[in-house]
Amino acid sequence: MLPGNRLCPGCALSLAYRHILKALEGQVIVTVPASCLTVLHGMYPVTSVNVPCVNTPFASTGASASGLVAGLKALGKKGLTVLAIAGDGGTHDIGIQALSGAAERQTDFIYICYDNEGYMNTGNQRSGSTPLGAISGTTPILGKQQNQKDITAIMEAHHIPYVATASACHPLDLYEKVKKAKAIKGTRFIYVFTPCPPGWRFPFSDTIKIGELAVQTAWSVLYEIENGVFRLTSASESLARKGNLRPVREFIAVQERFKNITEKQISELQDWVNARWQLCLKRATNS
Amino acid sequence: MKKANIQILDGNHAAAQGAKLSRVQVIAAYPITPQSPVTEKLSELVEGGNLDAEYIAVESEHSALAVCTSASIVGARTFTATSSHGLAYMHEMLHWVAGTRLPVVLVCVNRAIGAPWNVQNDQQDSISQRDTGWIQIYARNNQEIVDSVIQAYKIAEAVYVPVMVCYDGYILSHTEMPVDVPAQVDVDRFLPPYKPHTILDPSHPRNYNLVTLANPRVNAEGVLCHGYMELRYLLQEALQNSKETIMKVGREFGELFGRSYARMFWEDRLDDADIVIVATGSLAMEAMVAADMLRKEGHKAGVLGLRVFRPFPKSELVRALRKSRLIVVFDKNISYGSEGATCSEIKSALYGSSINAAIRNFIVGLGGRDVKARELAEAVNKSLLSLKEGILNKEYPEWICYI
Repeated sequence: MLPGNRLCPGCALSLAYRHILKALEGQVIVTVPASCLTVLHGMYPVTSVNVPCVNTPFASTGASASGLVAGLKALGKKGLTVLAIAGDGGTHDIGIQALSGAAERQTDFIYICYDNEGYMNTGNQRSGSTPLGAISGTTPILGKQQNQKDITAIMEAHHIPYVATASACHPLDLYEKVKKAKAIKGTRFIYVFTPCPPGWRFPFSDTIKIGELAVQTAWSVLYEIENGVFRLTSASESLARKGNLRPVREFIAVQERFKNITEKQISELQDWVNARWQLCLKRATNS
Repeated sequence: MKKANIQILDGNHAAAQGAKLSRVQVIAAYPITPQSPVTEKLSELVEGGNLDAEYIAVESEHSALAVCTSASIVGARTFTATSSHGLAYMHEMLHWVAGTRLPVVLVCVNRAIGAPWNVQNDQQDSISQRDTGWIQIYARNNQEIVDSVIQAYKIAEAVYVPVMVCYDGYILSHTEMPVDVPAQVDVDRFLPPYKPHTILDPSHPRNYNLVTLANPRVNAEGVLCHGYMELRYLLQEALQNSKETIMKVGREFGELFGRSYARMFWEDRLDDADIVIVATGSLAMEAMVAADMLRKEGHKAGVLGLRVFRPFPKSELVRALRKSRLIVVFDKNISYGSEGATCSEIKSALYGSSINAAIRNFIVGLGGRDVKARELAEAVNKSLLSLKEGILNKEYPEWICYI
């Protein structure tokens, strides 16, 4: 990444992308659908990244990566990692078919979903990853009435060799996971939690704080599943060890998008977070 | 002249042979009736070790063309095939491929489009995609399918515009005919390896299809680069100029294989014809039988069988139609609220020329409705009678159906 790009101030994607590319050491071809990353990449004929990139229509990220892998193989070009990187709209929603197909075919590539929990590039509309109770452009008054889908669990069900969750606000953990993924063959999926100041409505200066709070409340859990073996990592691992889980209410309270959330919804979210956290603890113990 | 290698092939296997002989490197396809045997044959060739290519069994047509797009950007020669709803599902990617100026070749086995469901033939599917920036070539028989696929790569890779080779579902796709299959050594001589205009190399990083503004913009070196509108202009210019390449490639093919494709359309007895039937695809063969019937009745009838629909051969067509006083256009498609697409094109081409022929348009053969030569001849006779009304150009087409 070159200095200076068009993203919003405090954007977690900028931070995440820098560490992702660093871990791949430049030997990479990137494919990107319509997303905030398109904004980061800039406008023709100027770009803020120094890697070869193929922009692709919204629904097609997994297929575009499959084409890059097939083309490289057909031409006998070795040593390059194909990286597909898309937002939650491009992954959970419109891109899930192409991603699922590519994973089922065990395509040799890394897919990274950066999750800002909504269609932020188009001005914050609800996505399949927008949480219960959050206000968005298309849930403007009542807030979203359904909770997120668990995309990492969906990808785990594809029996791919490496599945991980990470956070832009824990960049070393993210870096290590991308580095590990780079050395593995087959489809590798990494989910990256990326707080969005304008979409979630918190001050630009608080991105890291929000990301850390997400992990401390287990809203965001950092783990990896390598060949079926589950492991908590980084701050989530120490949270499990110390047992000092903070209530989800603290994460919710600092974001304006939850201003109309009801007590019942907060309680439902806490139950959801608890259930997932307990499952993670159980899996971590078993493995 | 080469020694003939006659094989009995249906249209789908002729298309697969064309792809194989063109040494395609990446194939991505999704099954749909009546295209499926193309993909089955190619996967059999790849699995059996008889075709050195990557076969990607994708989960949708949208993905099929996305795979071809990215593989083509890497520099591979790519192939896909589809029909009807599959082509409609590719619509977004069709624009994307043409906009990226990639020489992808797609075979469209023409089939009606729903609702309601129908798996039989008409040309609504490919005609509906005429504005996506692809060259469109229509085959009349299975020989033309294999020949056109091979030529398609040479054309596409010369002008960096994708090519869609279209042929009628069932009428050709599932009908066996003798086909002279070119020898690999000759195809290799005719079609050199693909030289991509794209580069994907970390040491020379390029970013393809970034957001591009309407107006030209200065790059980091201070050079003014094209805006979106200039890039669109260049695509149109490439399509306009591709006529020369299409005819040149067709001529070269003829010199090597003895079957010339040096014209944008097929002419049958146009030298003296004052009644010209215009049709596309296998319908052009049926129209020749109708012309025989009309000749027996004493009419000077001929046939113009359109081979290339995009770019549309306007000036060539005006020359070919110069003796006509009645042009009867049969369309297996309809632009709802207007008329058949071919008819509109012919009218547009003739405007301002010295040809003042009456034009009649008939919509035929939708959803596999059988089209008999006798019906075509009757439609021409009906048109001749209607000339007495003194109407050159009717507002809407007539339909050969039971309403």
